[in-house]
Amino acid sequence: MAKKPQQKTKEVETTGHSWDGIEEYNNPLPRWWVWVFYATIVWGIWYVIAYPAWPLVNQATAGYKGWSTRANVAAEIEAAREANADINARLVSAELEAIPADPELNAYAVSAGGAVFRTWCAQCHGSGAAGVKAGGYPNLLDNDWLWGGTLEEIHTTITHGIRNETDPDARWSQMPAFGEMLEPAEIDQVVNYVMSLSGTPQDAQAAAAGEQIYLDNCAVCHGDAGEGDIYQGAPNLADAIWLYGGDYDTIRETVTNSRFGIMPPMGGADLSEAEIRAVTVYVHQLGGGE
Amino acid sequence: MTNYIKLIALGVITLFALIAANYARDLAYLVNALTIALVSGGLFLWVLRHTDEPEAGVDLSGEYLDGVVRAGVVATCLWGVVGFLAGTFIAFQLAFPQLNFDWAQGYANFGRLRPLHTSAVIFAFGGNALIATSFYVVQRTSAARLWGGNLAWFVFWGYQLFIVLAATGYLLGATQSKEYAEPEWYVDLWLTVVWLAYLAVFLGTLVKRREPHIYVANWFYLSFIITVAMLHVVNNLSIPVSVFGSKSVQVFSGVQDAMTQWWYGHNAVGFFLTAGFLGMMYYFVPKQAERPVFSYKLSIIHFWALIFIYIWAGPHHLHYTALPDWASTLGMVFSIVLWMPSWGGMINGLMTLSGAWDKLRTDPIIRMMVISVGFYGMSTFEGPMMSIRAVNSLSHYTDWTIGHVHSGALGWNGMITFGALYFLVPKLWNRARLYSLSLVSWHFWLATIGIILYAASMWVTGIMEGLMWREVDANGFLVNSFADTVAAKLPMYVVRGLGGVMYLTGALIMCYNLWMTVKRSPAVEATNSAVPAE
Repeated sequence: MAKKPQQKTKEVETTGHSWDGIEEYNNPLPRWWVWVFYATIVWGIWYVIAYPAWPLVNQATAGYKGWSTRANVAAEIEAAREANADINARLVSAELEAIPADPELNAYAVSAGGAVFRTWCAQCHGSGAAGVKAGGYPNLLDNDWLWGGTLEEIHTTITHGIRNETDPDARWSQMPAFGEMLEPAEIDQVVNYVMSLSGTPQDAQAAAAGEQIYLDNCAVCHGDAGEGDIYQGAPNLADAIWLYGGDYDTIRETVTNSRFGIMPPMGGADLSEAEIRAVTVYVHQLGGGE
Repeated sequence: MTNYIKLIALGVITLFALIAANYARDLAYLVNALTIALVSGGLFLWVLRHTDEPEAGVDLSGEYLDGVVRAGVVATCLWGVVGFLAGTFIAFQLAFPQLNFDWAQGYANFGRLRPLHTSAVIFAFGGNALIATSFYVVQRTSAARLWGGNLAWFVFWGYQLFIVLAATGYLLGATQSKEYAEPEWYVDLWLTVVWLAYLAVFLGTLVKRREPHIYVANWFYLSFIITVAMLHVVNNLSIPVSVFGSKSVQVFSGVQDAMTQWWYGHNAVGFFLTAGFLGMMYYFVPKQAERPVFSYKLSIIHFWALIFIYIWAGPHHLHYTALPDWASTLGMVFSIVLWMPSWGGMINGLMTLSGAWDKLRTDPIIRMMVISVGFYGMSTFEGPMMSIRAVNSLSHYTDWTIGHVHSGALGWNGMITFGALYFLVPKLWNRARLYSLSLVSWHFWLATIGIILYAASMWVTGIMEGLMWREVDANGFLVNSFADTVAAKLPMYVVRGLGGVMYLTGALIMCYNLWMTVKRSPAVEATNSAVPAE
């Protein structure tokens, strides 16, 4: 710090005041402190000339560098848009089913689609796309598809969404709440039967009695063998993959009150066609694409 | 006679508080109104029982008013422990969200407890430390008893009432949603009254001082009191939706509101946590070191430079937002020019010890003060650096900011306060010495290692998440989702929580040590008569 440790020589005087025993040396300002202080001031003067700084009547001084955060962002967005313009045009014009076969286009779609997914889809489906069972958000890594797992089908689902009021072309179906139609004992039986389709029921006797109830009420959508129906989003009940959970209580809740999972449409204002196609390809290649 | 006026005033306040409670539109307002009714009703009865008693008639003007300082020391310890405990708990809530218990939703989840923590440590712990030490220092360095009779006691209890009203309000959902200025309109009004009384006590004591000059510590304390009054009033300008409800609407809106908020927020750091605590440093460091202050010139120059420059630095909290570029530039430039004026205080603190460095080996209180000034220097370098736009584009919104605040708050504000408390307790309770110096050493090391764990984990996690947020692949697309960055922070969050546990443990050891000092240390004769130094 100060080059001369002056107070050790005891030549530096105090200011002569004393407050409750505290005195003050009359040491000069440390030279390095003064010079660094001046340097920051000089730098500051240059900086406010170079960059936007002083508010005037109608606008602020722009600075001789012409620097602006908004202009910088706009330029960066424009540069990114231009850099990807050609390949985005190819992505939009290509046949969907042909994209995976085109290595360059496919690699681009997967990286762009991954970014779209992590921004727009991860909130519900999870950043790893494994879904969230507690909320009924489907796992996108397996090959169990509610509304179909081909590129075209995924594309339609992403564009229009599911059971939303926003898009008239949204995928739509509605399971009745059987609590209003069946007796509690019958619900118990059919729940046991549904459990028996993919494993062991809680009560084998009830399961046997539930078969007829199933065939009368559920098979029309979920199929005689519980294989489901992608044309109306009816889940497969025989594959041990569960949207909301496969334990007795959860299935009973589903049968009694039904479920009504919603997905917003990503087409229109939110995402461009290129982005929707990219995220379609991304989801398709996660492992379950058909 | 004055007792009759007091009785009328307290009766009216109690009545109005009960009416307000009756018409209360929300729970927070109801509880606050009942609290006020209880306090003023209780005071009414107390005054009534003491009315028409003969005056004691003892002339106390030659003695320092130390009772209020003792109360302040107790309150500082108490609120410190509450604030550190809340902070440690919410640190673990961030690491383990299950700690946001279902049964406590709406009362003890992170969102409710976070302002409770920040207000408890800044305003309850720091504020009580500032009020108590300023009352002690201004009396000693002015050789005068506090001005205004029992007004100082009004400041003390009024401030505690402010803390209780604000804290219960937070838990019950009353908030203006302005960081560090969360209390709602009626709590703000009450604080304004208390603060003006504080200013009156402090100024009145300075006016009747019996020393020819005002000591440097008092410049800092005075600038802190005046500026905080101004900041508090302007930033809390709002219109209540109803006089019977806690909700109010801010007078400013949009970016003007944001700018006012960070003008306030940054100067809460600048004048509350910097200028006020520098006042503390300028008294307790030379007293404990028994050395003269290094440079009078430096203290003048860095005081005025700090005061003039700090007030403009707020916009650096709003880089890359709706704030216009010009305001952002000015905030950054003033922040960087502020670097040396801030360091003036560090130089004066550290150089005061030159010639007494050997005391670092033997005196753990000096060690505490030195590390405090060291953390002050580090934070006041880190701050200007983070205000540079290019650095800020990485650090903004990350945990780096949290780490920066805590190295200042735990390191600088906390440690200098602990040092002052260790100095004050034997003096105020007329004890020969502290109960145990080795417990002070334990406190020192626990707190220091706690701060290092805290700051280091937040640097790592802050820079990591900043880099993860901006990471793009070859095609220019973002690589990480927000949830990925949150998941990656878990280990650092646990380390941060452990740092908090250590810091809290150190504070508990201090409370025990101070308690035992009062109970067990040998007594000495009282030395609280006001005699000028020369």
